[in-house]
Amino acid sequence: MKILITGISGTLARGVAYRLVRRGHQVIGIDRRPWPDVPEGVEMHQVDIRKRPAEDVFRVSRPDALVHMATVTHFTTDTEERYRINLGGTRKLFEYCHEYGVKQAVFVGRHTVYGATPDSPLYHTEDEPPLAGAAFKELADLVAADLYAGSALWRWPELNTAVLRLCYFLGPSHGGTLAGFLSKKRVPIVLGFDPLYQLMHEWDAEEAITLAVEKQLRGVFNVAGPPPVPLTTVCEATGRRAVAIPGPLYSAVLGRFGFPYLPDDAIAHVKYPIVIDNRAFVEATGFEPRYSAKQTMEGFRWN
Amino acid sequence: MSFLDDPQVRRNVDRLPIEFDDYGFDRFGLSKKSLLRVYSPMAYIYRHYLKVTAFGLENVPPEGRGLIIANHSGGLGADAAMILTSLLLNDEAPRLGQGMAEYFLTRSPFFRPGLRKLGHLTGIPEHGEQLLNDERLLMVFPEGARGAGKLYKDRYKLVRFGTGFMRLALKTGTPIIPTAFIGGEESFPQLFHIKWLAKLVNGPFVPVAPQLIFFPLPVACQVYYGPPMQFEGDGSESDQVIKQYVQEVRQAMERLISTGLDARPRSFMFERMPDPEKEARP
Repeated sequence: MKILITGISGTLARGVAYRLVRRGHQVIGIDRRPWPDVPEGVEMHQVDIRKRPAEDVFRVSRPDALVHMATVTHFTTDTEERYRINLGGTRKLFEYCHEYGVKQAVFVGRHTVYGATPDSPLYHTEDEPPLAGAAFKELADLVAADLYAGSALWRWPELNTAVLRLCYFLGPSHGGTLAGFLSKKRVPIVLGFDPLYQLMHEWDAEEAITLAVEKQLRGVFNVAGPPPVPLTTVCEATGRRAVAIPGPLYSAVLGRFGFPYLPDDAIAHVKYPIVIDNRAFVEATGFEPRYSAKQTMEGFRWN
Repeated sequence: MSFLDDPQVRRNVDRLPIEFDDYGFDRFGLSKKSLLRVYSPMAYIYRHYLKVTAFGLENVPPEGRGLIIANHSGGLGADAAMILTSLLLNDEAPRLGQGMAEYFLTRSPFFRPGLRKLGHLTGIPEHGEQLLNDERLLMVFPEGARGAGKLYKDRYKLVRFGTGFMRLALKTGTPIIPTAFIGGEESFPQLFHIKWLAKLVNGPFVPVAPQLIFFPLPVACQVYYGPPMQFEGDGSESDQVIKQYVQEVRQAMERLISTGLDARPRSFMFERMPDPEKEARP
């Protein structure tokens, strides 16, 4: 299969590319960022997904499948640019898929789109609406992109679309949202709260995305590995120190005193859990995580 | 291992039909360590302070899903705590009852993680379904906060029942174990409620009892478990059918309550009610 990966220079995307090449697929990559030591078997195009050269890749190479991983978060990008990349870019890519006869599209989204609120249930299923945008404006663009990708299911039924809502991952690359939160020695938690965090090993996440392409998945799927663990356990097992900060002071200490920076609304994600039910995905793909939560977290422990 | 740990609690927590991970948590965030820490003093109160006797524990399924449907008795939650303790201290087949917590509590710091570690999740239907599908034992007070805030003059009168538990039972094919808790209303006789304070702390009610503190009097309490009731259906029945089923459960509970009240020699009883079966056992 000829597979196009957007955002291929990203942490997970590289791993997915390696896996697909190893399984005999032809991989084409698009990213604004370079991938200097791009492996053999991967055809790299350093272009912007919203620009004409990206469309040219579709026109010339005619990929069979698209893995869309070119989304950005508030950690790196400001609001306007995020909407242009996450929503504008996703829209363009799905239109190209339709125009150039791509058969399979996999959108890799995040489980945080469900949002963290005090009264929401554990184990979100795919039929629940993603509500994160209401309370966390820095996620609104990703929620919109997730829903837009899902709308391709009725917009272009001939295109096999899979929307993956991937839980947090940790791994040797130290990439990803949770790794960013755990990047410093001291991790700020909210006094009196200790939510469950669902995480999987980076390599399991790569494997799950690869499976979604190979099994030609269709629909919206939660992707998770082992059962969740409390945040304080995550801190302990990764060798960090959880520092409890009273709620009202929380946003004031972020980015100071050796704590990582988070947007104000992120506090809900440190107070309340986002846990997803991955049964539909497991049933559709037979996915089985290789690493337990303990192995994943202890592998992330630094010396 | 701490000297404060109760040996019976420790033994029974290890025997629970629940899967724990490497860190002693289950998939809902229940913590083995917290169970031990909290149920140990509970066991002491159960045996020596509220002197609880449990009747009909054989009606509780030894494993698999079940719904304990009980009356609220006393506004402090001692009813829930003692029912849960009686389930865990049942040496034949220890079970962990898991409650559906009041929203007010799961929004509050410390209470939220504390309750979760003991297996009590926010009282939303999704949680009930998830727990039952995971073969847990769920404890529900269908009277809700209305029942917990019952004044002493209305003691042991069941107030309006919610119907959510019945739909849940039908949808998940769960047997209902009607349960009566006796003694809670005497251990914490609610004379009146301070309404403005309740509004201030955003809670359901703030009760006042003669002892003036939020702690029960050492009145002996009893728990009665009735035979399991299984209803036919899938939860999509009309409200009328559901209400009829709920009425059946309510009547079963009323029978258990009047049995319990009649069995007491007097209402303010400070010595343990003997359990004839246990006395007969060698």
